[in-house]
Amino acid sequence: MHERDALRLQDQPAVPGCRTGEDVAAEQKSGLVGLKQIVRFRVNGDAVEVGVPSQYTLLETLRYGLGLTGSKQGCDKGDCGACTVILDGRAVLSCILPTQEADGHDVTTVEGLALGSDPHPLQDALDLTGGAQCGFCTPGILCSAFALLEENPAATREEIARALAGNLCRCTGYTKIFEAVELAGEAMRLDQSPVDLLAKKRGAAAAPASNP
Amino acid sequence: MLIEELHPLQEERADDPESLGELAGGAEAGVFRHIGRRNRRGDGLSKSSGAEIYTDDIVLPGMLHAKILRSVHPHARIRSIDTAQALALDGVHAVITGSDLPTAYGIIPWTRDEHALALDKVRFVGDAVASVAAVDEGTALAALDLIDIDYEPLPHLLDPEEALSNPETAIHAPRKEGLNGNVTKHVKLEFGEVDELMSTAHLTVQGEYVFHGTTHTAIEPHCSLARVAQDGMLTVWSATQVPHYLHRELARVLELDPARIRVIQPAVGGAFGGKSEPFDLEFCVALLALRTGRPVKCLYTREEVFYAHRGRHPMKMTYTVGASKDGRIRAVDAKTILDGGAYASFGLVTTYYSGQLLTAPYTIDSYRFESTRVYTNKPPCGPKRGHGSVQPRFAFEVSLDKVAEALEMDPIEFRRVNFMGTGRTVNEFRILSNGFLECLDAVEQASGWKDKFRKLPYGRGVGVAGSCYISGTNYPIYPNPLPQASAQVQIERSGRVTVLHGASEIGQGSDATMACIAAEELGVPIDYVRVFSADTDLTPVDLGAYSSRETLMVGNACLMACRELGDKIRSSVAREWSIRADRVELAGGWAFDRAEAANPDHRLPIAAAFHLAEAEHGTLGSVGHYNTPKEGVHGDYRGGTIGASPAYSFTAHVAEAEVDPETGFVRVEKIWVAHDCGRALNPALVEGQIEGSAYMGWAEAVMEEHAMMRGEHEGGLHHGPSLLDYRIPTSLDCPEFVAIIVEAVDPEGPYGAKEAGEGPLHPSLPAIANAIYDAVGVRMDSLPFTPDRVWRAMQEKG
Repeated sequence: MHERDALRLQDQPAVPGCRTGEDVAAEQKSGLVGLKQIVRFRVNGDAVEVGVPSQYTLLETLRYGLGLTGSKQGCDKGDCGACTVILDGRAVLSCILPTQEADGHDVTTVEGLALGSDPHPLQDALDLTGGAQCGFCTPGILCSAFALLEENPAATREEIARALAGNLCRCTGYTKIFEAVELAGEAMRLDQSPVDLLAKKRGAAAAPASNP
Repeated sequence: MLIEELHPLQEERADDPESLGELAGGAEAGVFRHIGRRNRRGDGLSKSSGAEIYTDDIVLPGMLHAKILRSVHPHARIRSIDTAQALALDGVHAVITGSDLPTAYGIIPWTRDEHALALDKVRFVGDAVASVAAVDEGTALAALDLIDIDYEPLPHLLDPEEALSNPETAIHAPRKEGLNGNVTKHVKLEFGEVDELMSTAHLTVQGEYVFHGTTHTAIEPHCSLARVAQDGMLTVWSATQVPHYLHRELARVLELDPARIRVIQPAVGGAFGGKSEPFDLEFCVALLALRTGRPVKCLYTREEVFYAHRGRHPMKMTYTVGASKDGRIRAVDAKTILDGGAYASFGLVTTYYSGQLLTAPYTIDSYRFESTRVYTNKPPCGPKRGHGSVQPRFAFEVSLDKVAEALEMDPIEFRRVNFMGTGRTVNEFRILSNGFLECLDAVEQASGWKDKFRKLPYGRGVGVAGSCYISGTNYPIYPNPLPQASAQVQIERSGRVTVLHGASEIGQGSDATMACIAAEELGVPIDYVRVFSADTDLTPVDLGAYSSRETLMVGNACLMACRELGDKIRSSVAREWSIRADRVELAGGWAFDRAEAANPDHRLPIAAAFHLAEAEHGTLGSVGHYNTPKEGVHGDYRGGTIGASPAYSFTAHVAEAEVDPETGFVRVEKIWVAHDCGRALNPALVEGQIEGSAYMGWAEAVMEEHAMMRGEHEGGLHHGPSLLDYRIPTSLDCPEFVAIIVEAVDPEGPYGAKEAGEGPLHPSLPAIANAIYDAVGVRMDSLPFTPDRVWRAMQEKG
């Protein structure tokens, strides 16, 4: 049971490893609370050193320790994928990754996907197709898709679906997300912008009216 | 005349003057510059860069974290609560219980039966009992452990029929003596001579249908944050889709002057009806902030979201349909029991909707429904996308499939025969546009229906279903004659247009829709329009994102405000050119002369046109509002207003499914959806709503089940309150969705637009049931169509 599960069943035996209120009260008396760890890793290219409570997950360290709120908490159990970040090129669930696992590694979050001031083709393609509705799963979707396209920009729809299988989206039915990843992959392969590529595909008349 | 030199970039953004002739007809002639195009949403890049701010992303200096202690009993009296130990914990700043928030609330004014924290009784596992504000979540959680509650368990009722027949175990006190306290609402309405037409019908088909219960599962958990300023002003940020109703209920429950409360809705990570009423955490953070003088945030765990619920009501539905020999629907008789869970929520409306929303797109000669919503000791049910009408639509459309079969009619042809067109439904709703026939044609053709229906090999099948839904409701939740929607539009000297409106952007694209309307009316590039929404201090009132009302209602309000401004601008430009104002067109970044689109002397960059108008009229700003038509749009019987809408959308689905005869596993391969949304203001957004709706309906049909355990010890516990156990589809599970837009423009909608966000969900469930029948010959009258149930049905059939 995770520490955040508020719905604790009082009559059930304590779950091993889960501190009770009595434990915390006792710790406070003995002065044991507030143990911190210091971790050093790279986030979006920058070397960071951060001291966070020892039980923090990578998601908590990113959101609370470093103020990088792009990665989302949807379930805190590794079920929904909204917290997905890229660790050494691999998509991982930051809400179930202890922060120390990132020590000495490279982490890329959604905030680090853009190419300087230009959006990454994936980000632009997702906007063009309408693949982000509420946007809450979007950071995780993009990190999974980024890891996929870095490895295989010619990914088929089936490969895309498999790469995104750990990212739940509740708005779209995934159709427009698939379209976006395909468009971005093709744009990357052809070294074109997604907007130009889409305009060609749809014909000039149906092209989006405005660019950022 | 140029009042001021324009920035060179502004002319670059304007359309090629040579192309203006194409825009000279104007919107009233159906000539659009922005409407109908696949414009970017405006918030898309912010969402895809991680910059978008949701409630939980906001951190304020000195912020405390709140947690809520919840009942472990499905039904119990609270004898006492001891919070002393919790308060003594270092880092705990305040603990509140029911007596701190004694005022009852509820989204429907007639059924206010909830308290932010339970007063004397808990009614479901998960009912809130106490709340703690502490320096961090961990400390707040530890403090919850130290709260001692003495419960007296009471008998609990988990089944609605059991609750109906055991009024002595009253979940709520009866409103009047002699009534059953376990009934939220009972409705019985009859239109036409049901008994007579049923008895003289050529054939009747009767069936019992069960909808099992599902929940919204927005990926963002509910979250609220409150701050009290030095002057006592309370600000609440919340993941809500009804900021106005939250504003009202906060004032009532906290006994604060509503003029001293501000509600801000940041970006919302999905809602689907699950955030459309006030929740306990909103009152708790507000009171805890008032008590501590510090900002307080509360974020639900995923488990709490499942218990907060307000999802789709389980329903048990008995339907009898009588038809004539030539396939006309002569009579429909429906009896429905709704499992409401522990509180009323929107239940009064749900009870009506379970009958009222079924009467189109077919001509039904006579109709009777009797619906009873019952309290049970389970998480409260409420509105989920397609409020109250998805379940009966399933029962009805499966019934129609059976009738068509008995008459040896093709089920699409059967639906064509019964098409009502425009006019009055049997329960007297007024329908002005109806594209259902085109929807049927579209899915019939796209799916290759004629080569598939009853022709595919055993194990494969196709099914069809249709539906109708509302574009907003004619009457607000609390009775008042005020406008239902409003907008304010301002023009800045740079040519930028600002739209302030109250609609809740919850992912559906209401902000993008307002930007599109303003750009169309005022002739600016779409990204010159900045939209601010859902902040009760800054934006005029809107009732919220529910009942598919935003495009039609807020869209009309925005249109009204823009047209008032447009008239001022046109008159100033016309004066300058000495022509009639109706010749001035604002489009493509220019003001130009419709009659002489090529005349360079009658052409001004749009910002210059705005300057002329500002010089003549003063600061350029306007307000607009929308109120629903009340005359001649519904019957004047009791309940006749509930379910009446300014305009109705229509949908048809064909689903193609493969059923594994060995395992009963249903794999839906493809769903063709044609939806009449009136004018599609942005086809990309409309498709997104169609695909998302069809996805959600399909998932409810084959995967999802929001179910509670039974038994003395585990009764009332959720079967699996996590996103692993409550199985929503992944990218590998989904069928292919083919979204087809049908545009039967409606005079009530902005440019003829109707809704697209909820209607397209309805036919998913019955279309799949009918496809299963076509595939393996078994009728699935109970949802969900999981392998065990389908397999058992096939075994029973033999």
